[in-house]
Amino acid sequence: MAQSRVMPLREAIAAYVHPGMTVALEGFGHLVPMAAAQEIIRQQITKLTICRMSCDMMIDQMIAAGCVRTLISSFIANSSGGSLHELRRALEGRGGVAAITLEEYSHGGMVARYVAGAAKLPFYPIRSYDGGDLATVNDSIRQVTDPYSGTPVSVVPPLNPDVSIIHAQRADGRGNVQAWGILGVQQETAFAGRRVLVTVEEIVGDDVIRGDPNRTIVPSQVVDAVAVCPFGAYPASVQGYYERDDAFFREWSEMGRAEGAVGRWVDEYVRGTADHAQYLARIGAERLDRVRVDEALSRPVNYGRRRRRPATAGAAQDGTAPR
Amino acid sequence: MSQDVTTTELLTVLAARELAGRRIVFAGHGLPTLAVSLAQLTCTPDIEIVYESGVTGAHPTDLPTSISDSMLVTGAEGVLTMPQVFGYMIQGQRIDVGFLGAAQIDRHGSLNSTMIGGSYQRPQHRLPGSGGAIEVMAHAREVFVVMRRHTPETLVEELDFVTSPAPDRRGPAGRGEATGRGVTRLITPLGILSKLDGELTLSSVNRGVEVDSVRAATGWPLAVSAGMEDTEPPTAEELHLLREVLDPRRIYLR
Repeated sequence: MAQSRVMPLREAIAAYVHPGMTVALEGFGHLVPMAAAQEIIRQQITKLTICRMSCDMMIDQMIAAGCVRTLISSFIANSSGGSLHELRRALEGRGGVAAITLEEYSHGGMVARYVAGAAKLPFYPIRSYDGGDLATVNDSIRQVTDPYSGTPVSVVPPLNPDVSIIHAQRADGRGNVQAWGILGVQQETAFAGRRVLVTVEEIVGDDVIRGDPNRTIVPSQVVDAVAVCPFGAYPASVQGYYERDDAFFREWSEMGRAEGAVGRWVDEYVRGTADHAQYLARIGAERLDRVRVDEALSRPVNYGRRRRRPATAGAAQDGTAPR
Repeated sequence: MSQDVTTTELLTVLAARELAGRRIVFAGHGLPTLAVSLAQLTCTPDIEIVYESGVTGAHPTDLPTSISDSMLVTGAEGVLTMPQVFGYMIQGQRIDVGFLGAAQIDRHGSLNSTMIGGSYQRPQHRLPGSGGAIEVMAHAREVFVVMRRHTPETLVEELDFVTSPAPDRRGPAGRGEATGRGVTRLITPLGILSKLDGELTLSSVNRGVEVDSVRAATGWPLAVSAGMEDTEPPTAEELHLLREVLDPRRIYLR
């Protein structure tokens, strides 16, 4: 009997995420591990270093909740929906929001850090940082001499989060994770993590996973825990399950302008709910219904199966059969 | 008709015309997407967008509301992961034109999308940061910048922060690292600036705009191209395509 890695989200976060850790939460506008981040807020886990290439309201919420000490990121606005005002206040030193440290890269630099982390490389070369100011304010962006050409090249260090958290469409009980649509940097993030926690829209049978093994982006060997979280990326999208709630993104940036508003929202919607199911109930079924999508099925691919041939006595005797 | 043309429509039409002859464009949603779609219908049918989210050959049934819109994926020709987008597509020098936005630009086409005022550690206005802009600047063959405001505060002598450096700033490492030509077109409500001898130079002015007022609105001593001409205003056909065919619900044309 294969080991099951399925556990409730609350237990998974309590078991793997502890104060002071470095935690990656990745998903590029799609498959965003929002429910997991909100459970971190409910459990009031603090002093975290959060890694997230492209920020969104998740980061505003975690900052308002006092969970973040350092942010490692390459884009700190609310996806394409406007400013993250709580994050801005934390960086601009306004509005009584506790300051955080920002360790800043470009998207290419963040990707390179995860790739190096996943492959356990000492650093990763990136051919774009020379001449800009980012390398002057981030000491981790350095130059080495290319041993082949003798010219300098910029490098970034590997990123190996204590815990990497991603969201996906589905997994089996062992933790084979399948995802489709915009896949971002989730595979590299998972392989780079010392521990890997995955939330999924649904758990499916082993036969579903094995019917389409190329769809597996993270194999069970690197996964520590799987938690089922329908609408776990909301208000971001999950391909084939629901679209992004655009209005939520726009409303977020508008709402966040007022000092204290993000904190009050977190109190009501996250700390004021016992779990993700209650959070969704507070968002309301009507609002969730608006982002559901119709079906657009792919055609199955043919993986092939060895043809069963009758054993022929002659084949073995005439000497032509390969040994 | 031309007096009814909005700034967004004007900028979109100008950007679309500049795309003539280019093939692979890296663009975010909004005006650049619309400009590419218009270019496809007018001057350059083979043009294609690669989205930062990794979607290639998108055939959306409606205008996407973000680069991660799941509707962009349904029916698309391919979806790349981030290591593929930034490693193979951009750093791999497969992009002809990258569209970038910025809060400030200087005469060489370096861009600031990081912060305004104060210091990096304690900025007065913190902006989104690079995203993929640094890579696009370094490796796309050309960069087009569209700015909705042409003022001495946006076209500046000196940037508050150099997020995406122009080729002239590249040191010994950069010369080996990056091959892109940087910003070759800056499109504003006043006109178009083109890269000439390493400097953004006024190459055309929009109808009703005086060269002196463009100079006054520019934070550096603006050079004017010898072949400077008046921009042809958006044609009835271009406006028809934009308004009735591409964005009838005025999602981007608001």
